[in-house]
Amino acid sequence: MKNTNEMEIRFDSRSANEGFARVAVASFMTQLNPTVEEVADVKTAVSEAVTNAIIHGYENEIHKVCIRCRIDDNMFTVEVSDTGKGIENIEEAMRPMYTTKPEQDRSGMGFAFMEAFMDSVEVESEPGKGTKVRMKKTVGKGREIWTTQSL
Amino acid sequence: MKYQVQENCLTIYLPREVDHHNAEEMKREADAVIDRNHIKYVIFDFDRTDFMDSSGIGVIMGRYKTISLIGGEVWAVHANARIRKILTLSGVTKIMQIYEEDET
Repeated sequence: MKNTNEMEIRFDSRSANEGFARVAVASFMTQLNPTVEEVADVKTAVSEAVTNAIIHGYENEIHKVCIRCRIDDNMFTVEVSDTGKGIENIEEAMRPMYTTKPEQDRSGMGFAFMEAFMDSVEVESEPGKGTKVRMKKTVGKGREIWTTQSL
Repeated sequence: MKYQVQENCLTIYLPREVDHHNAEEMKREADAVIDRNHIKYVIFDFDRTDFMDSSGIGVIMGRYKTISLIGGEVWAVHANARIRKILTLSGVTKIMQIYEEDET
């Protein structure tokens, strides 16, 4: 039987909620028995996506950011969506070092980090409508080998 | 922001988590201190830090831009494996020295 579980949170696009968002996702994820490294990877990716929604999607106006998480056996999916201004050119936005806000010291590494730390990153966006980032990661890959090892 | 100034060297003691939320304040304060004290070297002390995202990279790159104009340098100390991974992945290690302390 498939082991599935879902959760959804909605919160104001205030930067103070970035910490809350990644901790909430990380704690939901613990039921997959992830490694410390895997939790850190997901926290970083969530932090990047939420930061993007706040500073690019809503340009620091206060609206809602939505996070949906889903567990399918050992596949962890997290979606971060906003109803902000959307992305004109997704390919350009995802290019490492590309940023529309260099004056704010943005490094342009947000999507690069999401791609580095998750197995897959998909972006759906429509200008004026909003953006949804869907990220997936298989959790607990190396665990079986470890637990079957005899002492 | 916790920091210390010794002559032209600024040490910033980074918080437990470095994200967009606290990066903003850190940038403002660091720039004011750099300007006031003619800082040439900035040391980022990651001793307490266990989380950093790309906003932290922005903080480092921004300070480097300022002080590199006068031939300054940025350093990282007490960075754990996770932080080092983030620094390396971002490519910021091309402009920043990571101080490796002895394994004790």
